[in-house]
Amino acid sequence: MSTQTTPEARAQEWRGRFPTVNYLNADYGIKSWLLTKDHKRIGILYLISVTFFFAIGGAYAAAIRLELLTPLGDLMQSHTYNKVFTHHGIMMVFFFLIPSIPTTLGNFLVPMMIGAKDLAFPRINLLSWYIYMVGGALTFAALLFGGVDTGWTFYVPYSTNFSNTYVTLAGLGIFINGFSSILTGLNFIVTVHTMRAPGMTWFRLPLFIWSHYATSLVMILGTPVIAITILLLALERVAHVGIFDPALGGDPVLFQHMFWFYSHPAVYIMVLPGMGVISEIVATHTRKPIFGYSFVAFSSLAIAVFGFLVWGHHLFVSSQSVYAGMIFSLISFVVAIPSAVKVFNWTATMYKGSLSYDTPMLYAYAFIGLFTIGGMTGLFLAALGLDIHVHDTYFVVAHFHYVMVGGQVLAFLGGLHNWWPKMTGRMYPEGWARFAALVIFVGFNLTFFPQFLLGYMGMPRRYHAYPPGEPMWQVLHVMSTGGASILGIGLLIPGVYFIWSMRYGRFAPANPWPATGLEWRTPSPPPTENFAVTPVVTWEAYEYRPVEEMEVVGPGAPDAPAGGQHPANRGVETEEQP
Amino acid sequence: MSEHIVPRSTYYLVFGALIVLTAVTVAAANFDFGPMNDVVAMTIAVTKMMLVLLFFMHVRYSSRLIWVIVASMFFWLIILLLLTLTDYASRDWFGANVGGIMSR
Amino acid sequence: MSTHAEAIEHGHGPEAAHEALAHHFDNMEQQREAGALGMWVFIAQEVMFFGGLFLAYLVYRMQYPRAFMAASNHLDWKIGTFNTAVLIASSLTMALAVWATQVGRSRKVQVGFMAATVLLGLVFLGVKAFEYHDKYVDGLIPIAGWFNPHDPIPAGVTTGQYQMFFWLYFAMTGLHALHMIIGVGIIAPIMWMAWRGRFSPEYHGPVENFGLYWHFVDIIWIFLFPLLYLLGAHFKGGH
Repeated sequence: MSTQTTPEARAQEWRGRFPTVNYLNADYGIKSWLLTKDHKRIGILYLISVTFFFAIGGAYAAAIRLELLTPLGDLMQSHTYNKVFTHHGIMMVFFFLIPSIPTTLGNFLVPMMIGAKDLAFPRINLLSWYIYMVGGALTFAALLFGGVDTGWTFYVPYSTNFSNTYVTLAGLGIFINGFSSILTGLNFIVTVHTMRAPGMTWFRLPLFIWSHYATSLVMILGTPVIAITILLLALERVAHVGIFDPALGGDPVLFQHMFWFYSHPAVYIMVLPGMGVISEIVATHTRKPIFGYSFVAFSSLAIAVFGFLVWGHHLFVSSQSVYAGMIFSLISFVVAIPSAVKVFNWTATMYKGSLSYDTPMLYAYAFIGLFTIGGMTGLFLAALGLDIHVHDTYFVVAHFHYVMVGGQVLAFLGGLHNWWPKMTGRMYPEGWARFAALVIFVGFNLTFFPQFLLGYMGMPRRYHAYPPGEPMWQVLHVMSTGGASILGIGLLIPGVYFIWSMRYGRFAPANPWPATGLEWRTPSPPPTENFAVTPVVTWEAYEYRPVEEMEVVGPGAPDAPAGGQHPANRGVETEEQP
Repeated sequence: MSEHIVPRSTYYLVFGALIVLTAVTVAAANFDFGPMNDVVAMTIAVTKMMLVLLFFMHVRYSSRLIWVIVASMFFWLIILLLLTLTDYASRDWFGANVGGIMSR
Repeated sequence: MSTHAEAIEHGHGPEAAHEALAHHFDNMEQQREAGALGMWVFIAQEVMFFGGLFLAYLVYRMQYPRAFMAASNHLDWKIGTFNTAVLIASSLTMALAVWATQVGRSRKVQVGFMAATVLLGLVFLGVKAFEYHDKYVDGLIPIAGWFNPHDPIPAGVTTGQYQMFFWLYFAMTGLHALHMIIGVGIIAPIMWMAWRGRFSPEYHGPVENFGLYWHFVDIIWIFLFPLLYLLGAHFKGGH
């Protein structure tokens, strides 16, 4: 195959070579999407809705940063500000961060990576999207009717006895949304156990699957506890039965225990799928098997299990027993071990690898660095003494944004770029994508690094004003707001070129990177049941060879020569930049 | 693996045992064993649960995977109960209480 | 996995032609396994859902043992024992309904066992409603402004602590009853399917999985009964 052919000619050729019927054009009309049971279409539905909630959460973030530009509370009143940061938190945590990767990339890729035709329960999968939309609509309605001002944590007794905002409605939305999460996790666990293709043993699974399996564990065992907690909160708020009311013998700290039993592991729901994405990207774009595959696989499970044992580190200053605090502090340090195993193993994978600077890999580089900073500052917060100094300050805010935005959001973007050719059958514009990745990285650090300093100096979170007599504080806040503007613009760029690429992007070959996973051994975009013939796996995960020797397989079984050698090796892919 | 069919007689035996254990737990509640009251009641309840799990729910004849799921749900429930209780149980130690409800 | 691989080797066996086989499964065995596993994972989720209530019970019970004992005496252990027996009997009939489909008994036998299960479940719910009404008459509804026990509260126990037991009682038994109502709602279409003769030794996943759910609800009650009804039996007359 000559590399001189024009994109149009190549597109024609590929359209001719691959089955023209794929999951996107198999059926037309809005009904075919809203009633679909195809995991790939449901993934796309989720992608659209998750992006919508991300945009709302982002708008509230912009309002927060604008208010903090000046020391005085001149843009909005404290009560309005309370609502704004609450809405930002609720939208981002419950409706973006938790569902984002599992329901979009996970839905799309889990069956394909294990060689299945669909998830085990396609109807439940569609149901989970509807539950998500109902929950999202109810919470969004609560925000529109007048909002919630309790913070995303809904701490009692403020949320039960004092706040006169729409706590119950927002809580109901989150309660309902929880079942979407549970059903997704249930589907993944059953699918991974029962639907693997012949030869796809547990230790041949891509690490993306391991991390989603661990995530599903947390979803199933943690989410019901937040559901019952919110139910009790609503019961207390509506009937005032005294569950969390000290005047009637109740204990508000019990709420915090129950809340964080879910909400701390929920952090791992957010970041574990991101780690899975990064493992895939690092292996693909360094062309090496992941260093210490089984360590990385088991570290996902270890994070899921240990993640359940550390919730008390949110209660160090909440009148929790100091002895319980010591236990929780100690176990919190232990969680750092499996997280560090992953970081070291990614780094070791890159060592002497064939490093690429394609967009997904740029996000992976950023993830590893930013997640390390976020994780290390987590250890500061897990230390009993230091936490008292930085508790509820911007140090905490910076810490979890490094993990959530620097970790999860960047992994999500990296994953979207990596699998965009598979999802849409089109390439994104590489030049613009690299530019956007750079803008996002710079904007992110400028936004959140100053917040570490602010927090350490004593700037509390959830305050809409700060002392004008501290010039350094405003300087740092201005830097943070400026960074947030850059970050916002950076996030808009992919939004534009992704949509653009769906119509004008180059046609993507079956395996543009070229990678070893099963999802790349079927056409882009894949047919409705993913594989023409159920694949039989005879190779280990990440068996990378030099690109020239890489046998890239077209439609059908991996041994079928039908696809043959195709021109999509790296040299060809990167030479044509728009 | 094909499905194991439990004979009807087993079900009737388990049912009888469950009814007897219910009677035993009611009878035991009328005696005061002091701090052992709850231990006795919970031991009987756990025995009844095991009978239902193993025979009515066929766990005894199920794959190891089902055993793992059953074990892990108890493991996580115990994490929830036990780790929360580390807080409540130790709030009063050495007069270290800083205002928890256990002090009242 | 081995069955899966065999199915590939042998192509689609005669079993695969079963009308109940969904398109994305290779054979009935895989479909049955996935269904049962899904149900078990769902039950794990349910255990944690009730777990939050059991945690609240444990924390407050540890703190207010006397209030809980005194309040527990307001529940009638005889009614509780009767209801326990009813629920255990309904578990038995459900187990027999699963057995009837497994061995391929006639649809009348299948539906009969399921109808008995539903009937016993409704008896349980009826008794429960009667008990709730009793609490209402005694002023023991734990809502602010309503809670007004007609019987005297023992010395050393505050109204708030007393109320604590009753909201736990209502929350735990209420959630349990809700699960039973949902169960009755789910078994109705399954009974209809059984009446149409849909279930056979090859295909009875819905019956089997519903059985798992029903037995789980039974297990929850097995714990609720001693925790709520039997706390203060030996304490009678002590207050």
